[in-house]
Amino acid sequence: MTINERQDEVIEEFEMFEDWMDKYEYLISLGKELPLIEEAKKIEENIIKGCQSRVWLAADMNDSKIQFTADSDAIITKGIISLMIRVLTDSSPKEIMKSELYFIDKVGLKEHLSPTRSNGLVSMVKQMKMYAIAYSSKV
Amino acid sequence: MKKFNVNDIRKDFPILSREVNGKPLVYLDNGATSQKPQVVIDAINSYYSHDNANIHRGVHTLSQVATTAYEEARKKIQHWINAELSEEVLFTKGTTDGVNIISNAWGRFHLQKGDEVIITEMEHHSNIVPWQMICDERQAKLKVIPVNDAGELQMKEYKKMLSAKTKMVALVHISNTLGTINPVKEIIKLAHEAGAKALVDGAQQVAHAAPNVRDLNADFYVFGLHKMFGPTGVGILYGKKELLDEIPPYQGGGDMIKTVTFEKTTYNELPHKFEAGTPNISAGIATAAAVDYIASLNWDEIHVHEQELLNYATTELKKIKGLKIIGEASEKASVVSFIVQGVHAYDLGVIVDKMGIAVRTGHHCTQPLMNRFGIQGTIRASFAFYNTKEEVDVLIAALNRAIKMLV
Repeated sequence: MTINERQDEVIEEFEMFEDWMDKYEYLISLGKELPLIEEAKKIEENIIKGCQSRVWLAADMNDSKIQFTADSDAIITKGIISLMIRVLTDSSPKEIMKSELYFIDKVGLKEHLSPTRSNGLVSMVKQMKMYAIAYSSKV
Repeated sequence: MKKFNVNDIRKDFPILSREVNGKPLVYLDNGATSQKPQVVIDAINSYYSHDNANIHRGVHTLSQVATTAYEEARKKIQHWINAELSEEVLFTKGTTDGVNIISNAWGRFHLQKGDEVIITEMEHHSNIVPWQMICDERQAKLKVIPVNDAGELQMKEYKKMLSAKTKMVALVHISNTLGTINPVKEIIKLAHEAGAKALVDGAQQVAHAAPNVRDLNADFYVFGLHKMFGPTGVGILYGKKELLDEIPPYQGGGDMIKTVTFEKTTYNELPHKFEAGTPNISAGIATAAAVDYIASLNWDEIHVHEQELLNYATTELKKIKGLKIIGEASEKASVVSFIVQGVHAYDLGVIVDKMGIAVRTGHHCTQPLMNRFGIQGTIRASFAFYNTKEEVDVLIAALNRAIKMLV
């Protein structure tokens, strides 16, 4: 599946939710289910510091595709991370580099990516693309 | 003086009747900024609609009208804080700007290698970083008064720290994170006895009572207008005249000069010496409206109302399982910070926002204080006089609902 196909899939899922409660309950459940980053990768150099919550992000290359793992101390942040990983992981560096994450806006979670939220998510998206750039030079 | 009635007062603030996310707004983030009464909004509107002109320059009528209004605002602040002279009241961009002016202008002039500046563990970053910077530059030492588990300053430690090396004691009047009201009068007295000067960060104080700078005997007292129901982008630096006179200006530009040649510039008198450039005139003028509004209120009754809100909120919050109040000083303003075991502050903040409630989450720009308590951040509800007990009930219900979702 391409990144955009995955984004469209997420958008379709969110269309089922009638109100914010449903949406956030889903995000919270995603947050709780997110496979944890290996403890060995939960280190200072993988931390993305936000004003409000902390995010850990690691990337590995497997069969010329990038695999992301991440964690956060806040569960809603974790739920959104889970969506981002689902959309971006297992893609080629080139695809990640040129991707545009329109699904966040479409599912009504744009406020979480505004710089004022300072939850580390904006920096996380940047960091995911940085990994893609770094790995693309190795391919 | 009119009797205080919270429902009447609320009508003065148009924003309080709006909805957020489909729910009536419950604004409990007054520690970050307060809402504005209609009279302040009108003053800004009226200035731009009728009187807009640059001040202290023009001979034309509009410029004179604007200058008079601006200087009137300065006098109103002077009386409100009980300063002796109007030229001791300087307009700034805000609290942070006030601290930076003193740390730079006063610090660079007075601090020598080996001198000491004392701050406290509960300072906002705005009253830490400027002092760190100037201490680095002047090779002076920064010392920190610790707080106890209740969130009160350890006065014994402070007394031990004071010496002939102490040149400045800079501290917060009311902690933005804990709500602790510090014994600033006593702290200033001790600083003076050691031969040091004292600067007080009054950012939170001004929302709860007028600071009496002469009674406190503060050398410098800084605050912003936006936390006292006035406009953003304007603040006040009060300083004793003899102290402001002896230090050189901090920024160069228009308004602060007397004569300029390429060989030599002579500086203007106080207060203009520290007011380089065109200021935030509309906000300065609207300051007068804010002070008039505040002065018209019954502050004895407001104080009782705010303490009732604090006590009620504290009691009700403590009923929530796993909730811990951070900051239980015996003297507290209407600010309550808390954490809930197993729940991140950010998550709670996001969920209660969906229910129309504005609270602050995070470290509140007091990271060293968070480290002191071994936590990442708190949720903070900060009450103004226009908040109600019913709003506390809405907060408690929302928190219970959010915790149920998150745990």
